[in-house]
Amino acid sequence: MSSTVISHDAGHHDAHGHHHETFLTKYIFSQDHKMIAKQFLITGIIMAVFAMLLSLLFRIQLAWPDKDFPILEVFLGKWAEGGRIKPEFFLSLVTIHGTMMVFFVLTAGLSGTFSNLLIPYQLGARDMASPFMNMLSYWFFFVACVIMIGSFFVESGPASAGWTIYPPLSALPTSIAGSGLGMSLWLASMVLFIASQVMGGVNYISTVLNMRTKGMDLWRMPLTIWSFFLTAIVGLLSFPVLVSAVVLLIFDRSAGTSFYLSDLVVGGQILPNEGGSPILFQHLFWFLGHPEVYIVVMPALGLTSEVISTNSRKPIFGYHAMVYSLVGITVLSFIVWGHHMFVTGMNPFLGGVFMITTLIIAVPSAVKAFNYMATLWRGNIRFTPAMMFAIGMVSFFISGGLTGIFLGNATLDINLHDTYFVVAHFHLVMGSASIFGMLCGVYHWYPKMFGRMMNEKLGYFHFWLTFVGAYLVFFPMHFMGIDGVPRRYYAFTEFPFMEKWVSVNVLVTWAAIIAGLGQLAFLINFFGSIWNGKKATQNPWNSNTLEWTTPVEHIHGNWPGEIPTVYRWPYDYSKPGHDEDFIPQNVPFSQTMSSNMMHDFEGDDEAVRIQEQWNKENNRVVEG
Amino acid sequence: MNLQINNRFKSILGLLLLISLYFVAPVTAAQSDSTVVDTVAKVATTATTDSASVDTAGTAVVTDSSATNVSEAVADGAAVVKAEEATKIAPQVYKNFFYYVLLFLVACTIIAVVGKIHSVYVLTRKMNGKYNPLSNNNWQAGLLLLFLVFFLSGTYYSYSVWGSWAWREAATEHGKEIDQMFIITLAITTFVMVVTHIVLLSFTYVYRMRAKRTAYYYPHNDSIERIWTIVPAIVLTVLVLFGFFTWRSITNVPEELQKSAIQVEVLGEQFQWHVRYPGADGIIGKRNYKMTSPTNGYGIDFNDKNSWDDIRGEDIVIPVNKSVRFHIISKDIIHSFYIPDFRVQVNAVPGMTNYFQFTPTVTTEEMRDRMNDPNYNFIMLCNKICGSGHWNMGKKVIVVTEAEYKDWLSKQQKYFTEELQQEFANTDQVEGITTASVN
Repeated sequence: MSSTVISHDAGHHDAHGHHHETFLTKYIFSQDHKMIAKQFLITGIIMAVFAMLLSLLFRIQLAWPDKDFPILEVFLGKWAEGGRIKPEFFLSLVTIHGTMMVFFVLTAGLSGTFSNLLIPYQLGARDMASPFMNMLSYWFFFVACVIMIGSFFVESGPASAGWTIYPPLSALPTSIAGSGLGMSLWLASMVLFIASQVMGGVNYISTVLNMRTKGMDLWRMPLTIWSFFLTAIVGLLSFPVLVSAVVLLIFDRSAGTSFYLSDLVVGGQILPNEGGSPILFQHLFWFLGHPEVYIVVMPALGLTSEVISTNSRKPIFGYHAMVYSLVGITVLSFIVWGHHMFVTGMNPFLGGVFMITTLIIAVPSAVKAFNYMATLWRGNIRFTPAMMFAIGMVSFFISGGLTGIFLGNATLDINLHDTYFVVAHFHLVMGSASIFGMLCGVYHWYPKMFGRMMNEKLGYFHFWLTFVGAYLVFFPMHFMGIDGVPRRYYAFTEFPFMEKWVSVNVLVTWAAIIAGLGQLAFLINFFGSIWNGKKATQNPWNSNTLEWTTPVEHIHGNWPGEIPTVYRWPYDYSKPGHDEDFIPQNVPFSQTMSSNMMHDFEGDDEAVRIQEQWNKENNRVVEG
Repeated sequence: MNLQINNRFKSILGLLLLISLYFVAPVTAAQSDSTVVDTVAKVATTATTDSASVDTAGTAVVTDSSATNVSEAVADGAAVVKAEEATKIAPQVYKNFFYYVLLFLVACTIIAVVGKIHSVYVLTRKMNGKYNPLSNNNWQAGLLLLFLVFFLSGTYYSYSVWGSWAWREAATEHGKEIDQMFIITLAITTFVMVVTHIVLLSFTYVYRMRAKRTAYYYPHNDSIERIWTIVPAIVLTVLVLFGFFTWRSITNVPEELQKSAIQVEVLGEQFQWHVRYPGADGIIGKRNYKMTSPTNGYGIDFNDKNSWDDIRGEDIVIPVNKSVRFHIISKDIIHSFYIPDFRVQVNAVPGMTNYFQFTPTVTTEEMRDRMNDPNYNFIMLCNKICGSGHWNMGKKVIVVTEAEYKDWLSKQQKYFTEELQQEFANTDQVEGITTASVN
């Protein structure tokens, strides 16, 4: 055992000198954080496109419930016999759409990509703490994706119990066809996915804590790193709970246990299970499920902070408040899960408690939104496509977050629970906002990832189609929810009061189709620019963080020679007295005497004395 | 570099265009055909395309249907040929598909051409030395401002039109409190949403990049931050307290009120609801899921004599202005008992009973007058995903006067039918005799 460790170490040292990289080790089983980030991103994009196509399918069903689309039969076969999607398949579509978007796109695709890319880069590390585990993290994720897509090719169809897979529906194949092999695959895929997340999370946390470069103390980390760090903590603490929920469900399904099952008569068959509780599953699920939405949105907030600050040419407003609100969200996210269960028959008093914690979490979120606006105030805003997406993200975060105040209130939730109001709420605040955060990251760090620039014009085109499209898709849904239209309904034709919404559904579906086609602009731009984009300069956005001090061409270990030392926080934009409107983190204060402020030195008397002397010699007056 | 992208893009686009043209060419031909037919006999063409698209059934059916169509309208050779083609692969389906693909590609081409024209324009500006590197930046800022207008007017439109579609006053006592709180929350959130968007999207315009300006270095201001931490905290505290007490008053009904209320049990199963009234004794008999049988689908335990007079309700009928306590249970998986007009919802969970007690204040008749819709009904929906029939698993809820309620109740059937009584008597003879005598 020990000999293998030694030989591995030796090989590693050798590798610094000369690279024996084959195609396989460079592009497939890569242990380099930059390549793994790209792998996560491209897999995430493919999953996003797949999940988006699923959503278009059920949107078509909702808009034209009485119409046949024979072409669907060509693609879907028995699931759309006669060109009309079947109710069971409709449920599969919403289930897999939700699962893929939440887990594969917005969890792995977002934090997997940018944590891997930016944590070593922005902290000044040569790679992740454990590159091998990092590689495993990707491959577990990849296999999870393959299994999930594979579930479309089993005879009984993919899982169809909703992305929340509440038992008994998910436990009993007799209650719905999708709970047969399809659900087994779903569960297998999820176990692998969680393994991937845990490995990733351990890696992110240990890298952030141990591998920061000289001078990079915690309060000099960019907000992106703070958000990835806290996200990883949330994930590491909550995902294992989902594993336990999933494993118990596997036992209930396959080993005849009764953790979640009791008193069941399905299809006239009296089942032997006794003593379990479906509510137990809901507790376990939402103990992950609610932190999960912060796992999804916090990285987006981090990326947005960085992009807004860079492109406003202004320090992010209230850096400490931003960090503390992220910490607040992290802590509170673990004690709010019960707000998903107000009407499940959970003790109503407990519901009241969860309602209080839930509404408290709105405070740090509000602080973040206000701080973004304060950052824009008196800025010098440059509208790169990334900046457009960041602004869109803030807009979605506000308009979607506000409806959370309704849903977090147990009293109002009675009437809104599980209606389209909920669909509208989370698609805006965690769906659209996070996707926009992710796209803003892609546009901003694309030059870092691929060494080339994306086409700006296509970027703007993509932004406007998506931004307006997303609002047109999700905003009307609030009103359906207020009217009492339940989510996951196959058609709005059975109950007279819903029929008026079919016309709105047509608008929504057209908006979804057009916005969906608009994503082609992104795909063409993204994949086309890998080979044909304009060559990027080293620091195309005049940004302060360390990743822009690395060479454009990717090298093993990120920096040729020494790792840069960090002297200042990452937000010295437009500092008065400096000749440029940005000062990278690795520029020492001795080179920026004309712009230093006394509180930059954090009580270092010697530095203050030198600065004061310089000020006197150069007749510089410092306010404050 | 830009040109390179476009060249490659163009060649791919051109290729796709050619492919789809190949597929579409017969369509356009067929369509011009059919327009001719249209003028002759509209019915014939629509019928044939219909049959062409639905034709999986088999040759016989299709030829049949097309034959009848043809005999109905002016016979057209092309139509028959088409129908025969359709028996195998329905080419019209593919043609239609590629027609839309072509449309999309045309749209792409137009967009690409516009983009190209813009690049040429920018190039000429550059050559003339009139190019302003910030002009695009200004454009985007202007578009964001335009979006603000769109956003605000869209909000206004949706509140006034869709809002009025969606909003109906609650028809229960506690629902009025919920409505009041909803409107207060709505007012606060709408105000915040509108103000923040005005701020956000006007800042982006006002502070767009200018050539000679630098941003204001302003890293923090603790007092402002304190204000916008404390103000939302206070507003939320008020909402929380208000919500908490209302929630308690809805869910925490005093015991004597629980007992004095009318008891109704609702059982959910895939994909229907069953309603059970307690009968004359006012007590709902026990249910034991193990007693479920083809004749006793509800699983009522008839060993409990309280169950003998339990009444089966076809709909949920309740008297107005009387407190009703619903016992919600499930036979198989989780369902949800949801009456939007009443602001009532609680899940039906197998293995446990959930309760919701409320007082309806509006009868169905009054509601119909109010809605000006003689067919309006309160409806109870299943609101928890429960399988393929989830979307039409509802039950009518009828609110009537007390006299009508009593009258209705007396006309309903009992769960303990003759058949069940006999079955019960056979399995347990001693009990069976008393059963017969009681009923």
